Parts: sequence; structure tokens; C-alpha cells
Amino acid sequence: MWHDLSRAFVYETLQLQGRFADALHFFLYDTVKIWFLLITIIFAVSFLRTWMNTEMVRAYLAGKKEFTGNILAALFGIITPFCTCSAIPLFLGFLQARIPVGVTFSFLISAPLNNEIAIAMLFGLFGWKITALYIGFGLAVAIIGGWLIGRTKAERYVLLDVPVMQGDLHVAATSLNLAQRAGDAWKATLEIFKKIYLWVMAGVGVGAWFHGFVPAEFIADYAGGDAWYAVPVAAVMGIPMYASAAGVMPLVEVLTEKGMLLGTALSFMMAVTALSLPEAIILKQVLHTRLIATFFGIIGVGIIGVGYLFNIIL
Amino acid sequence: MKIEILGTGCSKCNELEAKVKQAVAKSGRFLQVEKVSDLQKIMAYGVMSTPGLVIDGEVKSTGRVPSVDEILAMIA
Repeated sequence: MWHDLSRAFVYETLQLQGRFADALHFFLYDTVKIWFLLITIIFAVSFLRTWMNTEMVRAYLAGKKEFTGNILAALFGIITPFCTCSAIPLFLGFLQARIPVGVTFSFLISAPLNNEIAIAMLFGLFGWKITALYIGFGLAVAIIGGWLIGRTKAERYVLLDVPVMQGDLHVAATSLNLAQRAGDAWKATLEIFKKIYLWVMAGVGVGAWFHGFVPAEFIADYAGGDAWYAVPVAAVMGIPMYASAAGVMPLVEVLTEKGMLLGTALSFMMAVTALSLPEAIILKQVLHTRLIATFFGIIGVGIIGVGYLFNIIL
Repeated sequence: MKIEILGTGCSKCNELEAKVKQAVAKSGRFLQVEKVSDLQKIMAYGVMSTPGLVIDGEVKSTGRVPSVDEILAMIA
């Protein structure tokens, strides 16, 4: 539908031809398609997440054995609403319930990795298969990474003394009706959309220019698509891009078209979402730098491993 | 009646504070509104997803910003 509309507009209404017209068509089509998908998916995810909150996750995780706890925490990371800004209350709250630090990290890795923007962008640009692979490998990194962090006796690096929580862990959940849930979800969707729609346009715009004017196999020729260093370089480049995941993903799509290997792209996208500098800075207030470094190191190695694995398999 | 807003300075916490003040003004009553940003106090209420709304020591909502009408119903 979007495809035909955009085609008719560029080639018939504007009477354009040639490379510029192709790039414009690509830009319009992709922007509108992604906007539409973003709104739909973010709304659906936000709506479903109104049934979940971190207090429920804590009550459920309390007392679970470590490895099982890591798996459950990573899975909860997908479906629980989470904002980097509440990483500290979450960290301390889990500690209050004496949930192992490694299990908490499984949650803290999985939640930003599976944020609604990244999922919506991936689904819109790459389809459900790549999205499923991203989520699957992301979960593996969260589970194993969290478990490994637990092995470093991470508790000693928590800078605050957190007493065991007295009384009931079950905070009375706010009961909402469907209209309130839908209203909350719509409000959240609009807020997120307002923050990222320009990023999407910019990303797609640069992507469209690449698509129209840069020769295929560009990456292969200039950056060595299958060079051994492609994956770690991509992962390191992803770290500072946290705020602009929405703008970066359209570029990655075009780069894969121009010869970037899928594993490299996957590593890059995971680094963008999971190696979040703002989260690290926030957590540094309550955690020793050594633990933050371990966290980044383990996740970094995990992400790079996923990239290599993928490039070998595909 | 004492209303407490639990939050560590996220944008939603400020939004909740504004909504609570509106609701209090609408109710026409004189109510004590306090912003709590001390983590230990927030923890003591068992709240992790901020902002939290506490009325007379009871947690009324977490992780969301209720509408002015909802807050009015809570303080009525």
C-alpha cells in the first residue's frame, strides 16, 4: 500500500525520473512505512506491558535459584516496562529482596536490549526472522552474561548497604480498566514517537542517499565486509549511539545491502541497545567501577561472539 | 492527608507532581504535598518503578502518571 502511494507520488505527481527519483521514492516509502510500524508496535508493546511492573517481577524472582533466576529475569526483561532512569531503584529493590546481583544484571541486560523502539525498527526493516534472532541471541547474552557476573561475587562491589526488605514484597498493583491501559499506552507511544520521528527521517534520508548513489559492494570494497575486525569495530562503534537507535537502524539496513555481513550488523545493533553508556553512568552511583567494567566487558565479548557466530553460520 | 511523590528526578516524576498539584487545587482542600527523592525512603515503600504516588503512607500507583481525575478520586 505505502509502496504504491509513494511510487505514484514521486513518478506521476512530481513527474520525476532517474536516480534522484529512486532515492526520493525509497525515502518516502521507508519513512512512512517505519513511522506506521513504530506507532503500531510501540502501542501494542506498551499496552501489553501495562499488565506488568518491576515490583511483580521482584516478587516472582525472590528466592529463585541462580541459573533459573537468570533465565526468568532475562525473559521478564522482554515484557516489563523499564526506563534507564529507574535503574538504581530497580537494582537496590532487587537487592532488598536478596535477588543475586547476577540475576539482576540478566534483567538489566535484557530490558534495554528488548526496548520497544529497537524491536519495532528491526521488525519494520528486517522482518520477523532477524527480529527473532536478535531477541533470541540477546536473551542468550543476558542469561549467560548475568550468570558470569554472578560468578565474580559481584555483591561486594555494591557501594550501598541495603537491608533486607521487611514485610510483604507484593506491592498492591494498580488496577486499571482497559480504557485506562489503552490511554496510558497511547500517551507513551506519542511521547516516544515525538522523540524519535526526526531521527528516523534522518536515518532513512542518509540511507536513501546511500541506496541511490553509493555502489553496491561498497562495504566489501572499502571496509572489508568479511574482514576479521569488522565485528569488534562495529560493536565498539555502537556504544555511543544509544540515544539514536531509531536513526541508526535504517543505516544498518542499507549497509547490509551494500555488503555488510548480517552478523556484523547484529553485533552493531546489540551494542547500540545493550551497551548503554547512560545506564552505566547511572549505575556507577551505587556500583564500583570494577563491576561496571566487568558488565561492559562480558556483554561486549558476548555481542562480538554472536556476530562471529552469525557470520560463520550464514 | 499527606501526599508523597516518589521519584529520583525522572521526567515522569515532574509530570506527576504537576498533576497532583492540579488535582489538589481542583479539590479545593489544603493538602500536604511532598516530593521524596531519597532512595532509602522510596525503597522503604517497596517501590521500584518510579514515579510512585503515596497517600497517607499507602502506595496508590507506581510506574505511571495517573490523570488529574484519577488523582482527585484518590484524594476525595
